[in-house]
Amino acid sequence: MMRYLPHTSDDIAAMLQKVGVDNVDALFTSIPESCRRDAPLDLPAPLSEWELNAHMSELAADMAVAPQYKVFLGAGSYDHYIPEAIKHLLMRSEVFTAYTPYQPEISQGTLQTIYEYQTLITRLLGMEVANASMYDGASGLAEALLMAIRVTRRKKVAVSTAIHPLYRRVVATYLAPTGYEVVEIPYKADGRSDLTALGNLEEFAGVALQSPNFFGCLEDLKAADELIHADKKTMMVVCFSEPLAYGLYKSPGSFNADIACGEGQSLGIPRAFGGPGLGVFAAKKKYVRSMPGRLIGQSVDKDGKRGFVLTLATREQHIRRESATSNICSNQGLCATSATMYMAILGGTGFRELAALNHDKAEYLKAELQAAGLKIAFDTPTFNEFVVQFPAGSQATYQQLLDNNFVAGLPLEPYYPELADHYLYCVTETSSKADMDALVKEIKS
Amino acid sequence: MKEPVGTTGLIFNEPLLWERGAKGRSGFSLPPRDVASSHVADDLRGDGPDFPDLSELDVVRHFTRLSQWNFGVDSGMYPLGSCTMKYNPKTNERQAGLPGLAVSHPLLPQELSQGALKMMFDLQHYLAEITGLPAVTLQPAAGSQGELTGMMVINAYLQSKGEKRSKVLIPDTAHGTNPASATLCGLKSVAVKSNEQGILSTEKIAELMDEDTAGLMVTNPNTLGLFEEDIQKVTEIVHAKGGLVYGDGANMNAIMGIVDIQKLGVDVLHLNLHKTFSTPHGGGGPGSGPICVTEALEPFLPVPRVIEKDGKYLLSEDFPQSVGKLHAFYGNFGILVRAYSYILTMGADLHKASQYAVLNANYIKESLKDVYHLAYDRPCMHECVFNDKLQAAHKVTTLDIAKRLMEYGFHPPTIYFPLVVQGAIMVEPTETESKETIDAFIDTMRTIAQEARENPEQFHEAPQTTKVKRLDETAAARNPCLTG
Repeated sequence: MMRYLPHTSDDIAAMLQKVGVDNVDALFTSIPESCRRDAPLDLPAPLSEWELNAHMSELAADMAVAPQYKVFLGAGSYDHYIPEAIKHLLMRSEVFTAYTPYQPEISQGTLQTIYEYQTLITRLLGMEVANASMYDGASGLAEALLMAIRVTRRKKVAVSTAIHPLYRRVVATYLAPTGYEVVEIPYKADGRSDLTALGNLEEFAGVALQSPNFFGCLEDLKAADELIHADKKTMMVVCFSEPLAYGLYKSPGSFNADIACGEGQSLGIPRAFGGPGLGVFAAKKKYVRSMPGRLIGQSVDKDGKRGFVLTLATREQHIRRESATSNICSNQGLCATSATMYMAILGGTGFRELAALNHDKAEYLKAELQAAGLKIAFDTPTFNEFVVQFPAGSQATYQQLLDNNFVAGLPLEPYYPELADHYLYCVTETSSKADMDALVKEIKS
Repeated sequence: MKEPVGTTGLIFNEPLLWERGAKGRSGFSLPPRDVASSHVADDLRGDGPDFPDLSELDVVRHFTRLSQWNFGVDSGMYPLGSCTMKYNPKTNERQAGLPGLAVSHPLLPQELSQGALKMMFDLQHYLAEITGLPAVTLQPAAGSQGELTGMMVINAYLQSKGEKRSKVLIPDTAHGTNPASATLCGLKSVAVKSNEQGILSTEKIAELMDEDTAGLMVTNPNTLGLFEEDIQKVTEIVHAKGGLVYGDGANMNAIMGIVDIQKLGVDVLHLNLHKTFSTPHGGGGPGSGPICVTEALEPFLPVPRVIEKDGKYLLSEDFPQSVGKLHAFYGNFGILVRAYSYILTMGADLHKASQYAVLNANYIKESLKDVYHLAYDRPCMHECVFNDKLQAAHKVTTLDIAKRLMEYGFHPPTIYFPLVVQGAIMVEPTETESKETIDAFIDTMRTIAQEARENPEQFHEAPQTTKVKRLDETAAARNPCLTG
């Protein structure tokens, strides 16, 4: 007896009789002997739910999480409180166990939710259109650059080195097979990108910046807009890993970005060891037909009643098989649903207050660390992340903090060899003043 | 026929989010403010997003009502061909929600994330055992990203031999993502027509395969639900010309514990954990699309890779020939946890899932083939493909049949795919449906066939009992309204 397999032996006998074969093996006669396995599956004996619970709890216990550990890590994955109401709503079976809304009459829940998601995302980013989501911030950035290449018919893109280093690696992987060139823009002593290094703009399909960037610094997007759009065709791509920042700071759209894309994990999605996340993707309306990914549009039914459908599917791979805008087939539907619920439950007022609290807590820790004699590496406004410079030989301090259950930032040297003894700290609303004080006290000792 | 499962229930209306609310409300509980406010530079400060302000109950009621307009696996039978809409076990949600797994940071020091790494290492091992291909990456975030990764691996392998090939063979029964993924790898798709039995012909492959062709992308069982019987001869031809074979594992649910993928001559196979391994489809993702490869292709898999060293689990970047990275971190980890829980629950009985999936599809095929035309009347695997040929005389189409099915409380099958069957109705019952449910589906399909003969007009108005009736998709595409 297995609880996911309902057939009794009587059921099986009756069904085999209808099919006209004697046993289950006879259903597989179209598979040649030479294609078959030599031995049955070598998997463990089936676990009961009780045994599974015990096993999984044991695995989960072998991880460093709050409250036992104080984790001051961001770098593209943020600890934000997720209201209980969202967790409950997300578990509604009709949301959870549905698939792509191919049949709109019985998928209006998914369709309206994603339409609302698209709308709230455009409001958050100050953009005109947003798609139904991509896999994650990194592949979203790669898709944005491929889109710029399609729109401009140019073969070269520029990417700031202050963009998340792991995103840049995904971009390199996506663009390598087709031979498009990726030029890296250096960062300056203030932690912002040095756009003067760009050279001849006419060669570039797009220029990508992250703001807040990987160091937590807000880029000078006003200057970037003027510089990049000096060439009429070059597209300005603004990416992000912490969209909560736009609760406090100006949006990419307000600086005339052509594409705004990034990671939406912050919007009510648990960190889950890095995935699933949410690839947020928005653009100016004039580019909508070149955009990758699924789109939901408003329409009416036979009686003139409002309803929602998948639309502009002619861009997608089930119609234009080899010339589709992307190979992406589904989206991150459930994660986009979480994000919609999160933005709705905070509301405009709550979103702004939460953003301000993140900022203020980070500023508090910054000041306390400075008072403790440490250096803040970049003198540029930040949101909830910043880079701290420790005296040489900081590994011992870092290890000592770990031994005392503090994960004190991300060591930057593996990503930026020139930044030895530099650590990227993150503070969100979940870090209490008491936790921050305890950290500073431990560092001082 | 017995009373149908579908009825006209109580359906609430619910406006759009921003048509509700009042400024100053919030459904969110902020933690106490224990630090002072801090100055924000004026030239950077924005106004914050224009989201509606709602109470917690507003939000709860909104999304509860919306959910009631949806059909999910938990609502009823969802025989959507090629999508493997099997039951999504509830226990998997408990496991994925365990704090150690759900809230752990991906860049924790490795000694502090041994639980997650061990789980990934063991899952790789199980997927290797299930497919017969020895090396696995869990990084691709969905089936289509798995395809792309697989083709990148093939490209990289050929490059390591000093070769750059420009084409790839793709059967006409393939998923639409196959040609799109090939394009992203700089490969031009060459369509291969299947033969009159609905499978690949060795002659056709021999004719098309040459030394400028990177290989073949093949789905087996194919999208007609048929096993590619000549697969070994086909892959031999591709290999003889120096090409490699990519296997689309979307239909793995038919052959677990039965077929050894390596013996088929497949070099790379992607799996859809959200199909075969029971993870929820979530209204269109997140999925997960690991790929399994032969030993020869292992050096090219994405990094970091989870390895074991002296009883400790590590993330290793030390694979210089790797194609690189496809995901910021390690893929859709939360989905991996669910698939891992499913595999441990099924254990050595996993092959039974495939056996019953195939039994159910054949049972439906035999029970309906006198009233719906079968595109290929041969023993099928886990799905069977009918069309609307017998209903055409009454001007009832596949779309009409699909819409009528909703009124009886079933999700329609996949329609108009695969493209090689005109008016295709692709039924995949999966192994988790009981005989009673399948019999009810069969009865309903037979009733609909009878209605098509006797009362065809009513079909054009179907569905009547749903939240909305047929929607104007043409107008939606002509004047796109994508935001409110």
